[in-house]
Amino acid sequence: MIHSLFLINHAGDIFLEKHWKSVISRSVCDYFFEAKEKAVEPENVPPVLQTPHHYLISIYRDKLFFLSVVQTEVPPLFVIEFLHRVADTIQDYFGECSESLINDNVVTVYELLEEMLDNGFPLATESNVLKEMIRPPTILRSVVNTLTGSSNVGDKLPTGQLSSIPWRRAGVKYTNNEAYFDVIEEIDAIVDKSGMTVFAEIQGVIEASVRLTGMPDLSMTFMNPSLLDDVSFHPCVRFKRWESERALSFIPPDGNFTLMNYHVSSQNLVTIPVYVKQNICFFETGPCGRLDITIGPKQTMGKTVEALMVTIHMPKAVLSANLTATQGNYTYDLATKVLVWDIGKLNPQKLPNLRGSLSLQSGAPKPEDNPSLNIDLKIQQVAISGLKVSRLEMNGEKYKPFKGVKYLTKAGNFQVRT
Amino acid sequence: MTDSKYFTTTKKGEIFELKAELNSDKKEKKKEAVKKVIASMTVGKDVSALFPDVVNCMQTDNLELKKLVYLYLMNYAKSQPDMAIMAVNTFVKDCEDLNPLIRALAVRTMGCIRVDKITEYLCEPLRKCLKDEDPYVRKTAAVCVAKLHDINAQLVEDQGFLDTLKDLISDSNPMVVANAVAALSEIAESHPNSNLLDLNPQTINKLLTALNECTEWGQIFILDCLANYSPRDDRESQSICERVTPRLSHANSAVVLSAVKVLMKFMEMLPKDLDYYGTLLKKLAPPLVTLLSAEPELQYVALRNINLIVQRRPEILKHEMKVFFVKYNDPIYVKLEKLDIMIRLASQANIAQVLAELKEYATEVDVDFVRKAVRAIGRCAIKVEQSAERCVSTLLDLIQTKVNYVVQEAIVVIKDIFRKYPNKYESVIATLCEHLESLDEPEARAAMIWIVGEYAERIDNADELLESFLEGFHDESTQVQLQLLTAIVKLFLKKPTETQELVQQVLSLATQDSDNPDLRDRGYIYWRLLSTDPVAAKEVVLAEKPLISEETDLIEPTLLEELICHIGTLASVYHKPPSAFVEGSRGVQHKRLTSSAGSGESVESPDTGSAAVSEAPPTVIPSQGDLLGDLLNLDLTPPTSTGPPPTTAPGMQLGAMDLLGGGLDSLIGDESEPPPIPLRTDTPQSPQPPHQSPSPPHYSPTEVAPGNHTGSLGGDIGGSPAMGTGFGAPPAAMPASFNAPISGGLDDLFDLGGGGGLTMGTYIPPKSVWLPAMKAKGLEISGTFVRRSGVIQMEMTLNNKAMSVMSDFAIQFNRNSFGLAPAGPLQILTPISPNQSIEAALPLSTVGPVMKMEPLNNLQVAVKNNIDVFYFSCQYPISMLFLEDGKMERQVFLATWKDIPNENESQFQIKDCHLNSDAASNKLQGSNIFTIAKRTVEGQDMLYQSMKLTNGIWVLAELRVQAGNPNYTISLKCRAPEVSQCVFQNYETVLKN
Repeated sequence: MIHSLFLINHAGDIFLEKHWKSVISRSVCDYFFEAKEKAVEPENVPPVLQTPHHYLISIYRDKLFFLSVVQTEVPPLFVIEFLHRVADTIQDYFGECSESLINDNVVTVYELLEEMLDNGFPLATESNVLKEMIRPPTILRSVVNTLTGSSNVGDKLPTGQLSSIPWRRAGVKYTNNEAYFDVIEEIDAIVDKSGMTVFAEIQGVIEASVRLTGMPDLSMTFMNPSLLDDVSFHPCVRFKRWESERALSFIPPDGNFTLMNYHVSSQNLVTIPVYVKQNICFFETGPCGRLDITIGPKQTMGKTVEALMVTIHMPKAVLSANLTATQGNYTYDLATKVLVWDIGKLNPQKLPNLRGSLSLQSGAPKPEDNPSLNIDLKIQQVAISGLKVSRLEMNGEKYKPFKGVKYLTKAGNFQVRT
Repeated sequence: MTDSKYFTTTKKGEIFELKAELNSDKKEKKKEAVKKVIASMTVGKDVSALFPDVVNCMQTDNLELKKLVYLYLMNYAKSQPDMAIMAVNTFVKDCEDLNPLIRALAVRTMGCIRVDKITEYLCEPLRKCLKDEDPYVRKTAAVCVAKLHDINAQLVEDQGFLDTLKDLISDSNPMVVANAVAALSEIAESHPNSNLLDLNPQTINKLLTALNECTEWGQIFILDCLANYSPRDDRESQSICERVTPRLSHANSAVVLSAVKVLMKFMEMLPKDLDYYGTLLKKLAPPLVTLLSAEPELQYVALRNINLIVQRRPEILKHEMKVFFVKYNDPIYVKLEKLDIMIRLASQANIAQVLAELKEYATEVDVDFVRKAVRAIGRCAIKVEQSAERCVSTLLDLIQTKVNYVVQEAIVVIKDIFRKYPNKYESVIATLCEHLESLDEPEARAAMIWIVGEYAERIDNADELLESFLEGFHDESTQVQLQLLTAIVKLFLKKPTETQELVQQVLSLATQDSDNPDLRDRGYIYWRLLSTDPVAAKEVVLAEKPLISEETDLIEPTLLEELICHIGTLASVYHKPPSAFVEGSRGVQHKRLTSSAGSGESVESPDTGSAAVSEAPPTVIPSQGDLLGDLLNLDLTPPTSTGPPPTTAPGMQLGAMDLLGGGLDSLIGDESEPPPIPLRTDTPQSPQPPHQSPSPPHYSPTEVAPGNHTGSLGGDIGGSPAMGTGFGAPPAAMPASFNAPISGGLDDLFDLGGGGGLTMGTYIPPKSVWLPAMKAKGLEISGTFVRRSGVIQMEMTLNNKAMSVMSDFAIQFNRNSFGLAPAGPLQILTPISPNQSIEAALPLSTVGPVMKMEPLNNLQVAVKNNIDVFYFSCQYPISMLFLEDGKMERQVFLATWKDIPNENESQFQIKDCHLNSDAASNKLQGSNIFTIAKRTVEGQDMLYQSMKLTNGIWVLAELRVQAGNPNYTISLKCRAPEVSQCVFQNYETVLKN
């Protein structure tokens, strides 16, 4: 199982280590640094590395490497999932996962890690349970603690830990009972230079924020559940009910959680909300090139496209861009060679256009690779797949909660090739 | 206020200050001090000096302080074992606390303190906690057993904790069950043969129930454990699959992949015509696709596993090609994996899409990725025949881009396409030739040269092209030189008139001016071939080449099966067998898919792979082996530096040559074409004219096959008096220094004949070289195994090829399948002087320690002398282990035959055996394979035979011999079916010799 954990920053300094079994010298990380060196970009470091005596399994998140050391055969996905859970927990506790915040809360992080893993076996990874044992620091609480001498560590057995619903603690009480759900869909697509969709799929997620007293039993039904190609649920969802009735039936955890992830794949028709007309070319002679991009609405289900943004990774030889945008602003970062055009709202009457010239390093050959465009956008109040919640009911408690469902469509990994 | 303040005291008296604070009366101050200590510890500062002061803070009601002290203890107890004892009392007291959280915390922390003295005190509290009323304590205690086992395995066994742990599998609480399974699995990993996780339908049912209710991590443990179970029948398989399928919808990808593993394995048991089978197949695709939308690290592991799944069951993802399309911001490790799977999924139906994508990738930035994409196009062409033309034109388009590395890769793959579809796409050669100048990588240059040579007759200026390469011959890499040599020879054979000069030039460059033995050898072979028999040379060099196929990059089926059983593990990420893995997995059991009897797919018997290897032992006929040595030796003397270095045998080099597909392919086919001959003619100082060479000049490849040749020798030894003279020839051709070993070997052979202990016709495998001299500082050991009047002997020839005297010999065996061990010390009384060889016979017993070897009849030997210790491994014929009393009573035979279940039966074919059934029976009897009955049905003789191994295993056989048909069929039945393969091979060797 998981033997040790090292947290490593962008620069390659180990700033925290935790061992669940015997202590492993941090020199084991040298193998990782070697691989990091070789990969050039931190994103490209292979997640599983073999060393003579250990395996190093790492993730890269928020500019930090979470590197675990294992000595025996262990499912790597298990380790990677766990590492992401560690990062999630740190983010959940301190609002952000960064080196300075971890250093500021080093003892709490250490306590958390100790609670999350025992002898390499996961112990408590549900944020609900952890928060009962180790309370997240707040300014108010640290003031209260210093006044009363009480501590951050709970001294009761976390109630959820052993019941058949480990995700929910007992005795939850609210004066305002509310259950809100966000249906968020991300479009992953590749569009080729002629505007044809090469590949498109929708990754959907239902995020819940549930603050309900007692032990509520909720059930949610959809107008069109047959849209969904694959689903994965929070452990609270009763799978049998889904299989038989396509309804989500569950006793929710307290607070924020992901109820369900789903996937609408390319087999169904995935609508692409905007079209892009682009022309980026470099001349054979002379150190320059041209760029001309226009974006227009395609299928937006009658809603406005907002927060539209285009990101282009230019070839290395591009020195500067001299462009005019009919709407929004553009920036070109010389160091990273990234051109960002921030458009904002898409007005169907007056299509945004960006055009102008690109200048190349003199003497550099004509770039061989074509830049790809990455599109960001948001459409409020609609799930682009057409998924709709039809009913949300609550059983088991007498009170009437506030209920609400919001929809949002975003661009995920939306690429236009040139 | 943040914890960073704990780092701020970096003054000199830091430790002193902390000490004072730790001993403060104020609780709050104490706690702050401990926090400071912990903070220093986490960043790797040494605060062990504070040990007693921190431990003093342990007795407190404050849970946070207690936890902090425990954290400190776990880190430093190892370095201060004596001090750690001070904490024991508090631990023991805490294990009795009313609060289950404290009890659990105490037992958990104690397990983490890796100090022997503490573990002694741990046993009693642990025993109590394993039976605690609170499940939280029980589940913590379960993990603690695994910790304790890691520190002191014996203690855990002695205290009976393993049994208690096994009982916990039936616990009412699912989390306790999951942790017990996790702990047992970890312990089992270091105990490969223990039956710790003895799975039966009852425990399986308990696990499946717990599966639904435990945490995600618990589900992974349980699923991984389930995967080790072998269901009794397809009904059970199906019911397990049904209960595991809901896990495919879990948000945790590790749960999903573990579930996929269980399903992939148990699916094998289901009949293919079952409706459920189809449903299951359909259910597997969506979760696998979903894994690809997770974080890149997860994607990577998922892709490595999907790669296996796609090879085993391509139907699952055949419609999902698009999800493997590469996005430009995927990390490179994801891109490369996706590409690999795209090729595996490529079919006629989707090839257009795939090609369009690949072409797109070929214009990306990352060079590695671009290269792989270009290669992928070539692989598609080879895989999907209908697409070959399209692929070639795509490649041509890419060549037009003139991007250097793209052009080079394209040429390399076009060469492969030519090899797959000869005489089809040669029209593109002209385009390729245009880019000749720009090729600077050896592989691309070699590929281009191959193309020019192969199609020399269609390229008008082939000679000019090749000549241009020849100018810088010595600056080229070996790969290119070899290819150039072959290409020019091809050209010469095709256009002999114009290119005579060229070929002479290249031959002299290769043979006279080169230091590379491979190149020289190849040069000499061609030279000799061309000068003796140009027609033969043409047949050899321009022979038809075997087509290449896409299977070359598939994982070997038995390994694939094993890997499928290990989906989701590190092994599956590296595509290596688990046994080749992390230190912890000592002696992992090999897992295989078991398929349902009714399914059409035959699963290879587990041993075939390795057994096939032992079938062709690296036996070298004594005479030939020495002949090689002889030649090598000769080559050292002549002044011309034409000989290869003495350490490598020419035959070996041929085999190892890179065969980019040159005309050499066919040469390799008969690598026994005696390479020494050209050498000899080229070395006039050689004391022996070539025609006296003991190897007949017209050896055809089959004639030289070592097995046959030696076989006839062995067979003759018994009676033929002509033998002596026949055998006398080789030594005559030897230089003096080589006489000793050879005559020694002969003496030995005659000994065998006269020894008298042999039953008529007993087959003794010829001596083979077990330990080559170059690996053992000059000591060469060759040997064989003999069974003489019930005594197994290992007969060895020790040959000192070093310059100094060797003495003080000793021998030892590693544990092996049948417990073979030396029955006495190795009797070599006199030291062996240089160039002397000595015979030694070592009687063996079969009472040594046993360990299953792979292959079964493998024996690892260590030999020591005054110089060093050397290791080698050899394989003994299993007939050495057949006892003289192996003849079974008829009745017993019948009953036993029926009694052994049918799945233990294995059937083999022995080809080309021209004995009649009686002769075969006699021959086999010599090896203690006894015929019990003979029956003749419709012209077919059925021999029923039995043999008994030294360890009491009986093997029953039915040998079917049909008059006029040289192929025998043999069915073997044995309670230990592993031995069947070995026994069969033994049959084959005995019958054929």
